[in-house]
Amino acid sequence: MVTNLYRILKYGFQIFGRNSLASIATVSIMVFSAALFLALMLLGTVGKVAVETLKDKIDINVSFYENAPEDDILKLKESLSTLVEVKSVDYTSKDEALELFKKRHEADPVIIQALSEIDKNPLSASISIKAEDPSEYSAIAAYLNSGSFENIIDKVSYNQAQNQMLIDRLATLIRKVKIGWMLLTILLTVMTVIVSFITILLVIYNTKDEINIMRLVGASNAFIRGPYIFVGILYGLISAVIAFIVVSFLVWLAAPQLLLFVPGMNLWAYLLSRFFGLFGLTTLFGVAIGSISSSIVIKRYLVG
Amino acid sequence: MINFSNVSKSYGQDEVVKDITFKIAPKEFVSLVGRSGAGKSTLIRLLIGEDKPTKGRVIFGHYEVNRLKNHELPELRRHMGIVFQEFRLLPKKTAYENIVFAMEVAGKPQREIADTAMQVLDLVGLADKTGNFITELSGGEKQRVAIARAMVNRPDVVIADEPTGNLDPLNTWGIINLLIKINELGTTVILATHNKEIVNELERRVISIDGGRIIKDEEKGKYLLI
Repeated sequence: MVTNLYRILKYGFQIFGRNSLASIATVSIMVFSAALFLALMLLGTVGKVAVETLKDKIDINVSFYENAPEDDILKLKESLSTLVEVKSVDYTSKDEALELFKKRHEADPVIIQALSEIDKNPLSASISIKAEDPSEYSAIAAYLNSGSFENIIDKVSYNQAQNQMLIDRLATLIRKVKIGWMLLTILLTVMTVIVSFITILLVIYNTKDEINIMRLVGASNAFIRGPYIFVGILYGLISAVIAFIVVSFLVWLAAPQLLLFVPGMNLWAYLLSRFFGLFGLTTLFGVAIGSISSSIVIKRYLVG
Repeated sequence: MINFSNVSKSYGQDEVVKDITFKIAPKEFVSLVGRSGAGKSTLIRLLIGEDKPTKGRVIFGHYEVNRLKNHELPELRRHMGIVFQEFRLLPKKTAYENIVFAMEVAGKPQREIADTAMQVLDLVGLADKTGNFITELSGGEKQRVAIARAMVNRPDVVIADEPTGNLDPLNTWGIINLLIKINELGTTVILATHNKEIVNELERRVISIDGGRIIKDEEKGKYLLI
């Protein structure tokens, strides 16, 4: 068993080496397929993070009257926290608001001077509410505007239509890019399978003398098929490794720029953290294409 | 050992083997003779399972060859050594490597390969040419390598299909004598040929075929066809 496996691998390497030009052509196109496949996986993550980042930027800001009792505001905060639509509620007291304002404008002496000339704190307390899903903001806004809190709420800042439109546009764009990318990957995968078919056929033709001798001396069908399937696997494996290296290099180059557009999406760090999973899937993709195409062609043209 | 029972074979409308029945016992040396297209090669293809008969049964040992599935054929062929007119060797390998290749793909253990390969090359008289590439050998030497390859897995029968067709008279007799030697060592030999001189000199069993039918089957037979 081990001896036969060793011989299959040995003949596989010999076939690979003796058909080097055909092997290079196949590996080249397989690299594109595997790279697109890997990029598709990364694109999915980038899209997801981009939408999440945008969603995270949306909130409802509620500012309170200057004389609104803090206890009432905290009661409102508590009641909001119990709503299933609400993800988080952050309370900023008048004093905290003043501190934040001073910190934000510490480089502007005119504003700081103007603030010190006012005796009292001009800022009001506020709460910031984030929903589990952007579609739920309207329900939260309706709850706040129901009238129960009109004596303490000064203003509810929320632009449902604009926020939703932004999210929808981004999601649609990402979905369209993903579909286009997927179609491109499928197209290239089909092309790869066809090229692999032709290459393996060529390899079979080039080695037909060996195949005839194998048949004559009673080599099992599995033994005859083995080296060709191994060659297919080898094509896939080499392609996946090259594709992973190329895509990783491109990600390393593009990651800082991407971080500007999608804050929180460090694609390079993501790739490193998911190295084994992504590399495994890319390898699986390459090996699957290589072995399946060689298996089909061998079944059809070699030993039936 | 080998039993063809009412075997017919057609390719489309063309019946090339017609209701043939014969038996070959172990250790026999049998010549299948006939003109080109008489049906000799078809009988060999039926025997090694490359073709299935349209009618009848082909038995080899305990195998019913006509019923074997594709994946069962390799086991059958490990009991056979097959030699062709056109040698069918690997030109980019040496004589020794050709033998080793046949043993490796047949699944022989590594420890057995080196010794056996040298023994069979010695048997066919090529002990001094083991390192020569096939392209460096004469026609007779190539056929000897092919016979060595056929013998290397210790088959029950050696089937030689026109093995001397490409050889000069001197080499022809070298190959025939080698087949006789193999037969004397206990291996059944089936020789398909249309060489009248060889058949008449051999004085062994001759099955004569013409138009897909056996026209004569006799011990110490002669070549009857013109």
